[in-house]
Amino acid sequence: MTGQIKKIWKENVVTLVFIVLCLLGFAASGQTFSYVFSEVSSRLFRNFGLVFSLVIPVIAGIGLNFGIVLGAMAAQAAFIFVTHWRFQGVAALVLVALISTPLSILFGWLLGKLFNKTKGQEMITGMITGFFANGIYQLFFLVLIGTLIPMKDDRIMIYNGIGIKDTLKFEDSVANALDNIWKVRLDRIYWVFVLLGMVCLGILIWKTREEKAPGYRNRLAVYGAWEAALLVVLALCLWNGDVQMALKFTSIPMVPLILMVLMGLMVNIVLKTKLGQDFRAIGTSQKVAAASGIDVDRTRIVAIILSTILAAWGQIIFLQNIGNFNTYSSHEKVSLFAVAAILVGGASTRKATVKQCIIGIILFHTLFVIAPLAGKALLNDAAYGEYFREAISYGVITLSLVLHISSRKKGKRV
Amino acid sequence: MNNRRVKQFVAAIGVPRLIIMGYLLILLIAMPFMGLQIEMLYTQAFGRIGMYGVLVLAMLPAIESGIKMNMALPLGVICGLIGGVLSLDWGFSGWMGLFLAVLISIPIAVVVGILYGMLLNKIKGSEMMIATYTGYTAVAIMCIVWMAMPVNNAEVRWPQGNGVRNIVTLTGKYEKILDHFLEIRITEELVIPTGLFLTVALACFLMWLFMRSKTGIMMKTAGSNPVLAEANGISVDRMRILGMTLSSVLGAVGIIIYSQSYGFYQFYMAPLNMAFIAVAAILIGGATVGRATVFHVIFGTVLYQSIMTFTLPIANVIMPEGTLSEIVRIIIQNGIILYALTKAGESQ
Repeated sequence: MTGQIKKIWKENVVTLVFIVLCLLGFAASGQTFSYVFSEVSSRLFRNFGLVFSLVIPVIAGIGLNFGIVLGAMAAQAAFIFVTHWRFQGVAALVLVALISTPLSILFGWLLGKLFNKTKGQEMITGMITGFFANGIYQLFFLVLIGTLIPMKDDRIMIYNGIGIKDTLKFEDSVANALDNIWKVRLDRIYWVFVLLGMVCLGILIWKTREEKAPGYRNRLAVYGAWEAALLVVLALCLWNGDVQMALKFTSIPMVPLILMVLMGLMVNIVLKTKLGQDFRAIGTSQKVAAASGIDVDRTRIVAIILSTILAAWGQIIFLQNIGNFNTYSSHEKVSLFAVAAILVGGASTRKATVKQCIIGIILFHTLFVIAPLAGKALLNDAAYGEYFREAISYGVITLSLVLHISSRKKGKRV
Repeated sequence: MNNRRVKQFVAAIGVPRLIIMGYLLILLIAMPFMGLQIEMLYTQAFGRIGMYGVLVLAMLPAIESGIKMNMALPLGVICGLIGGVLSLDWGFSGWMGLFLAVLISIPIAVVVGILYGMLLNKIKGSEMMIATYTGYTAVAIMCIVWMAMPVNNAEVRWPQGNGVRNIVTLTGKYEKILDHFLEIRITEELVIPTGLFLTVALACFLMWLFMRSKTGIMMKTAGSNPVLAEANGISVDRMRILGMTLSSVLGAVGIIIYSQSYGFYQFYMAPLNMAFIAVAAILIGGATVGRATVFHVIFGTVLYQSIMTFTLPIANVIMPEGTLSEIVRIIIQNGIILYALTKAGESQ
């Protein structure tokens, strides 16, 4: 029993520490629950794509794909051209997706080939490739546009005719285009989600009881706990003033929500196909997989291509929510924040699930929002909070990696 | 026959390295024709080579002891900065200030190096990744420390209260004290910073001696062939810690040398840049992820810094607006690191 508790602790240390930090930080910041809740909610619907893109490479044994920034750059390149051609509304976004996808496939293919040459060091390779690609991206959009690549556009280019402007503001109809298609205030709709959750759990519980597969009692206990939790949530929504305030304050952008469900399902479905099983196989052991006839190198490339495409779409969702983007720096921290989020959610370099992505985004971004405010409240200087936020982001990755890699050395499968 | 010799030569040096050397050649030839002040540029180049010399040297013990490129150089740099800020805060200047900064930072760097080396031993195989993020974390935590640090000296402190400034100037303290020492003034603009070169040469010489000593050879063996080393009674773990500690100490001393030449101590996020510049330089010089010599250090620093010095003014002539030189730096720096990573992957 103690052994089990120890195991759970070790595997989830980072998540647990983060939960504590968030609670402490929230208390220190003096912010209202509504504000934090609505901020984190909008960040969830903004960042999910980027973090989901990390799942497949982890399963395929490639580790944390720091090269997802290439997908982000593909999306940004597409955005620049679509803005240049003055497309409007959701159509513009669809066009961005259509252009960035083949670009992502190309970048993903190149990155995959690079990873195949640096097996064992994929994470640092991804990181450095991100920096390198950033150089090429800047060369293209800052130097070549307007000179070797003829383009004339006063709105998006720098005044002297060479290079794209630093901050690119989208057309008004494009900013938040996806969000605005259908928005519902949470206090009108929360009961739908809660009831849906309870019904699904009910079905799961019924199925588990029927099948009586080994270990079903433990799973029943877990599902039962989730049902109880949902009942608590329902009670809070009905009777707690703070929670009701938060519900009134928060609007759920339905289309991103649907996209989130679809993307999550897509990742899980891919993992259930033969391709997904191939991913798992090479993730477990490249030698054994090769012996069973799987083309390891090619499968790895496919994994990275999928990851890059999802990252591109994720960046599209991210940018449309923000409404503008910094041509040369919006993608800088993409890999860092996505990796930190998934690690906080409990993933490791060998194991990642969509559920961990969502938990991770919620926790990471809660701290992200709270830290500067707590810094200001406690020490009268928001700058402390900002540095604290950076230290936490980097520290979480370092701690996570050290824990996972060092326990892997001892032969445990984490 | 000739063709094969050429091919072997090219493969040994590596295509990216040849491209970089060719690029430098083009720069050197182009410079006189662009109406630039050649002498001043050469002086700048000398200065930059000396500035970074010891920082690049810090990569050598790390690579040779088997922990690959020390991406966690910011750790050592921070130790140096602590020494520097304290020496300034206590009001020392001139040679005393310089020596005091070095003296304070070395023991800190030793402790940090040992602790961090112990951590690295637990994560063999992923040193570079962990190193990068440990460096980032340490720099971020130090940002909080720099902000909160009680500083007495008004020149070091933010005007509105507590904490170290972003950039602390060394003018009047010990700016360029090494550069000017015994400097050789060839013409009005062309100056050789002899003191600086002597310092770097001394450090390289000492390292060269060390690598030939018994301990040095033990460290090299541990790095290149751990199994053989263990069989011969060498503690690979201990050698790795030694390599890391040497690297940290050189990093600390290196940043002090760098800062006195540059004229400023740069705090907060600045230490992060140092690691990648040093890594790129030693790789350009011919080192690989697993092997480095003093020649690589010197050759690489000369190549890399010359390119950086000469690219900026030429880029400004070609494209008066824009940050072309910065973009070139990003591409060269990261390109060479990527190349080294693929070579390391192939040799596995």
